[in-house]
Amino acid sequence: MFIKGKAMTENKIKKVLLLGSGALKIGEAGEFDYSGSQALKALKEEGIETVLINPNIATVQTSEGVADQIYFLPVTPYFVERVIQKEKPQGILLAFGGQTALNCGVQLFKSGVLEKYNIQVLGTPVQTIIDTEDRELFVQRLDEIDVKTIKSQACDDVEQAAAAAKELGYPVIIRAAFALGGLGSGFCDNEEELRKLAEKSFAFSPQVLVEKSLKGWKEIEYEVVRDRYDNCITVCNMENFDPLGIHTGESIVIAPTQTLSNSECEKLRSLAIRIVRHVGIVGECNVQFALDPQSEDYRVIEINARLSRSSALASKATGYPLASVAAKIGLGYGLFELKNSVTKTTSAFFEPTIDYVVCKIPRWDLGKFRGVDHEIGSSMKSVGEVMAIGRNFEEVIQKGLRMIGQGMHGFVGNKELQIDDIDSALKAPTDKRIFVIEKAFIAGYTVDQIHELTKIDKWFLEKLLHIFNINQELHKQTFGTLSPELLRQAKVYGFTDFQVARALGMEKEMDIDEALLMVRKKRKDLDIVPYVKQIDTLAGEYPAQTNYLYLTYNAVAHDIEFAQDHRSIVVLGSGAYRIGSSVEFDWCGVQALNTIRKEGFRSVMINYNPETVSTDYDMCDRLYFDELTFERVLDIVDLEMPKGCIVSTGGQIPNNLAMKLDAQQVPILGTQAKYIDNAEDRDKFSAMLDRIGVDQPEWSALTSMEDVNKFIEKVGFPVLVRPSYVLSGAAMNVCSNQEELERFLTLAANVSKKHPVVISKFMQNTKEVEMDAVAKDGEILAYAISEHIEFAGVHSGDATIQFPAQKLYVETVRRIKKISAQIARELCISGPFNIQYLARDNEIKVIECNLRASRSFPFVSKVLKVNLIEMATRVMLGLPVKKLEKSFFDFDYVGIKASQFSFNRLQKADPVLGVDMSSTGEVGCLGADTNSALLKAMLSVGHRIPKKNILLSTGGAKEKASLLDAARQLKEHGYNIYATGGTSAYLTQNGVENTLVHWPSEDGQHPQALDLMHHHEIDMVVNIPKDLSTHELTNGYKIRRTAVDLNIPLITNSRLAAAYINAFCTIPVDELAIESWSEYK
Amino acid sequence: MKRATLRLQDGTEFQGYAFGADLATSGEVVFNTAMAGYPETLTDPSGSGLIMVLTYPLVGGYGVPSVEAKEANGLYSFMESEKICVKAIVVGDYSPEFSHWNAKESLDAWMKREGIPGITGVDTRQLTKMLRDKGTMMGTIIPEGVSASEPQVEDANLVELASCKDVITYQPTGTPVGKRVVLVDCGVKHSTIKYLLDCGLEVVRVPWNYDFNELSFDALFLADGPGNPDMCVATIENIKKFLANPTVRPCMGICLGNQLLAKAAGATTSKLKYGHHGHSIPVREVGSTKCYVTTQNHNYAVDASTLNSDWEEWFQNMNDGSNEGVRHKKNPWFAVQFHPETNPEAGDTKNLLNKFIETLK
Repeated sequence: MFIKGKAMTENKIKKVLLLGSGALKIGEAGEFDYSGSQALKALKEEGIETVLINPNIATVQTSEGVADQIYFLPVTPYFVERVIQKEKPQGILLAFGGQTALNCGVQLFKSGVLEKYNIQVLGTPVQTIIDTEDRELFVQRLDEIDVKTIKSQACDDVEQAAAAAKELGYPVIIRAAFALGGLGSGFCDNEEELRKLAEKSFAFSPQVLVEKSLKGWKEIEYEVVRDRYDNCITVCNMENFDPLGIHTGESIVIAPTQTLSNSECEKLRSLAIRIVRHVGIVGECNVQFALDPQSEDYRVIEINARLSRSSALASKATGYPLASVAAKIGLGYGLFELKNSVTKTTSAFFEPTIDYVVCKIPRWDLGKFRGVDHEIGSSMKSVGEVMAIGRNFEEVIQKGLRMIGQGMHGFVGNKELQIDDIDSALKAPTDKRIFVIEKAFIAGYTVDQIHELTKIDKWFLEKLLHIFNINQELHKQTFGTLSPELLRQAKVYGFTDFQVARALGMEKEMDIDEALLMVRKKRKDLDIVPYVKQIDTLAGEYPAQTNYLYLTYNAVAHDIEFAQDHRSIVVLGSGAYRIGSSVEFDWCGVQALNTIRKEGFRSVMINYNPETVSTDYDMCDRLYFDELTFERVLDIVDLEMPKGCIVSTGGQIPNNLAMKLDAQQVPILGTQAKYIDNAEDRDKFSAMLDRIGVDQPEWSALTSMEDVNKFIEKVGFPVLVRPSYVLSGAAMNVCSNQEELERFLTLAANVSKKHPVVISKFMQNTKEVEMDAVAKDGEILAYAISEHIEFAGVHSGDATIQFPAQKLYVETVRRIKKISAQIARELCISGPFNIQYLARDNEIKVIECNLRASRSFPFVSKVLKVNLIEMATRVMLGLPVKKLEKSFFDFDYVGIKASQFSFNRLQKADPVLGVDMSSTGEVGCLGADTNSALLKAMLSVGHRIPKKNILLSTGGAKEKASLLDAARQLKEHGYNIYATGGTSAYLTQNGVENTLVHWPSEDGQHPQALDLMHHHEIDMVVNIPKDLSTHELTNGYKIRRTAVDLNIPLITNSRLAAAYINAFCTIPVDELAIESWSEYK
Repeated sequence: MKRATLRLQDGTEFQGYAFGADLATSGEVVFNTAMAGYPETLTDPSGSGLIMVLTYPLVGGYGVPSVEAKEANGLYSFMESEKICVKAIVVGDYSPEFSHWNAKESLDAWMKREGIPGITGVDTRQLTKMLRDKGTMMGTIIPEGVSASEPQVEDANLVELASCKDVITYQPTGTPVGKRVVLVDCGVKHSTIKYLLDCGLEVVRVPWNYDFNELSFDALFLADGPGNPDMCVATIENIKKFLANPTVRPCMGICLGNQLLAKAAGATTSKLKYGHHGHSIPVREVGSTKCYVTTQNHNYAVDASTLNSDWEEWFQNMNDGSNEGVRHKKNPWFAVQFHPETNPEAGDTKNLLNKFIETLK
């Protein structure tokens, strides 16, 4: 009954500009790669030419063939206008690039740029966006239709905010207007807290809102779609497990709602539709409600007139392609003119009915940051999320808790959590709260008691208690006495073979890996196996050809058939985005899928991250939206009987499974598992390097303090220390003297036999070089050598990287090529790999080698214009591959990859870079030379060219010296330099005029560095940490943290600071070339 | 928990666990795709005689509100009728624990009291697919240790069972508009009546076979109800008389009322393979760009091609093309196959009812 409309013939739009969201950051992550990619695909289907601006080079949307023209440029009004001048599009899409694109679009509208170039905003009109973003206008618009909002008072300064809070009564919540993901917002219990937070919020926004807190209310969301004919549907409703007070991005979310009666659902649904109609959305919109747990009273929290994280979740949860439909509505289609892309026969005008439950759980990486506050609240801190699908709540919560990938096995059966005070740990939520609930059950707390402390609905708590009780039952049994009935029950409610084996106490007698295989065998003998079900948007009512799948034990039959003809290739995805593994591995996975399809094999993806493109069901022949655990991968392999599995494009998770899968005779494509182990196992790898005569920094795994001291006597300070993660969870660190070493090791718990500490010589003033390559049977077919701007000591994921390398000796390059070839041969590499090198003069040392794609594969592939993953996949499929004959001297341009940090979201964290990674995203920009590429990249990650005043604290002697030229350049270009004690003296000595400012510890002396910052007099801060002494840390920390809190651009590395200053002093921004990717030849 | 079996007419068995009343029961097995609203679905008279398979697996979590609470006029506050109308329910994962401010008891306790059995732990997706492919069929729920007889296809007149026995008059609850509507009760949901009263109408609820033509009234409302419209011979005759009356008065039908109006106008109806049962069924107004997400609960549909030239198809199902409404080309007589009035529904289609009210003013 699909009715083709006339929308396109009425529409004159031939070329459309889409704004991306830039680098991944907390609050704005991979979901916009998904939404942008879908929108671009939808436009393409309509024969429209597309132009994309997005500096995020690791995304799928910036890959060849997705958009017609791609600009790796900052999504800011200046650059967007320049692209508009050049490309002359007729239409623009603002709703697919998160808050970044939306804000940029609003600015372009307000400044008249869109009108000047006669550009039509497709979809929701800009005035509607403004109405929904400006709190006061929003409340006014909803008042017009008698819809209740949280009344807030807009304040223009801290005093007004304090007065408003007094009037409303504490606790209050503060929000910054026009800010993404709750940036600069939070709860205040008293005036002191309010003043502190308000000041921070004003740094992000000229307007701050104070409102009464509704802590403890339920938080419910609706995703609404409306077309220009006023047809409306809601695609999904979702309920937060955590009550109001915790940002929805920080909350566990369940879809559909579980604790709402039909009358509540209908009431909120009707309200959502009324709101969307009244404000005039054309496309997609998210509506968030607070619902009183004791009545049907409600408040509208906010609405997002764009695709959002929630809409990505709703889309994945239901199979309804929201982004694609929203894009087509933007072009003028009615919902009834589009078809349901799952059934392909029914209309897109329908509300998905689902017959399963999904659970989203955020992934935090707070352990990576020094000093960060672990409490979660109204501002977002999580870096990624997972989605679990199943047929009961117990199943999905347990699946989800495993998926977040922090060593948890589900709700129960985890390593013991150290909690001193359960009451306060329940009351003040942290990233670990759900595990505190288990702890509370063990301690005998009742559901009522936990509800009192957490305000989590009792229904959820009862379900958790159910899991806990099953675990207790299992504990009473042994492997021999376990009944089929109880085993089945455990599996139905989401227990893994591991959890069962642990609960049965099997670890006491054997290795857990052996035990779980015994459980597996037993249940397979009893025919207790999972079944594959389809996500079809219609609860089975109509036949669907969908390949969107999940596994469950709550079933008796599969929805699909298995050809088992050895023509399918299983690609293991990368799981939750986290620091160190995000969209770049999704790109790798998608490229592998594309190649597999192109070569006529059946592509099968296993992944569970709702923010990704790889989990769009049209990207592969079969999508298993399920766990990447050993058990689940084996389950799928048992059913699919694939030709092989690809474990090298999904980062570390699949890589770690290689050995175990291989031991179960699962065919691994590409480099053999034993070689992967040889590269991963430090001892084996080291022995191999010695054997082939390749140098490496001296290292040792040590089990006593005595041995540690002996080793350091030999190699000397500084050393890189990696404590055993299992024991302490502490990050690795560089120690420059005995005091630091001892302090750090005590902090990281004691050294012991069971948990050795790995210490290696730390090389200073040394360049770090990366080799990304593809080999076949040990012979390198293609490679890319890139160099870090920073010296070694900054994690490669945080470093600024240039490719092709510009400042390496030819000799160095030659040696690196030679060593890489030796290693590739030795490990018989077939597929992608990455080696990291240290280079000082021409002395080359190997740091590590990964026999998988690395973070930089999309970057180097796109700069090279050779898809290294496609090449690697062909190798793994056993197809012929030609060796790449392209010399780096042929390049007339440079690519720079710069990192995006999200310290502004991580309250109290020290924004300093070290050997552990802390960036959340990256960009990659191209330019004719290093300076122009670097400038574009730095502007893309949020730097602004300083106007006048720069604050310098340049660290130790070497760093001071290395920044002297940069300081001179700044003076020559008319900047005022403010400098702290040592730096000021050094600059004065060297004839660079500057103003002395005082450290926070120099109390009473003026001018104080912090005061200048608070008075908005500083445009950029360069603060290089000198050492790890407490004094230095406190002073430097305060300046760095203040810069972040006040949104002042900050650089903490001297090499990067020098390069950046040189760049903006050399090229004015308006001279940067506006060139698309295809123009770099 | 005690085990139970669902045995279908074709011999297929589904194993699960028993809840609700501990007895065996048979009925026509149909599936319902609504994701919430089990108290309303269970008490909807249109579900009479059916074993309802809820495709959404998690059931029981918000308990059951007071089944006794009534409005001043005797209509139920939270339920669609005075009892559970379905014969049994089949679910994926029943929640014995419930949590809701308005809950008075668990679903299990309520079903036990009303003598309605349930089975949980069933692969309802697989069951739904079987019903979809083979069409609805008879089935029996058998708790362990309970004996059950073979299911009989019942030819009882479900409408007669669901209809009121006497004429009941309700005074408007909204601002009175001074009009009286006759509502023919073939198994009306209480929320339908409440909606009309809220609109300021006086409602005279009459039994399904009552000849309302002798009453004095301003408009006719043909309400919803269960089963096959062919069973309602008396009702159709009465509607024919109404349509033949030289004084033209407005008439609106919903659900079964659509089928009855169409039949009275000379069209035929036929049985759908597995019916429409859910909260999210898309329909489109014929010849316009207006679409509605609707609630439906029926197994029969009007054959639109059999309408005579005075009538036209008004709405169409966007998924299978079946008829979703008819209207007279001149007179204010119209009907829809869906439920424009009730909970579970969001008000998208309430303007159709308002249209009816408008014709009265």
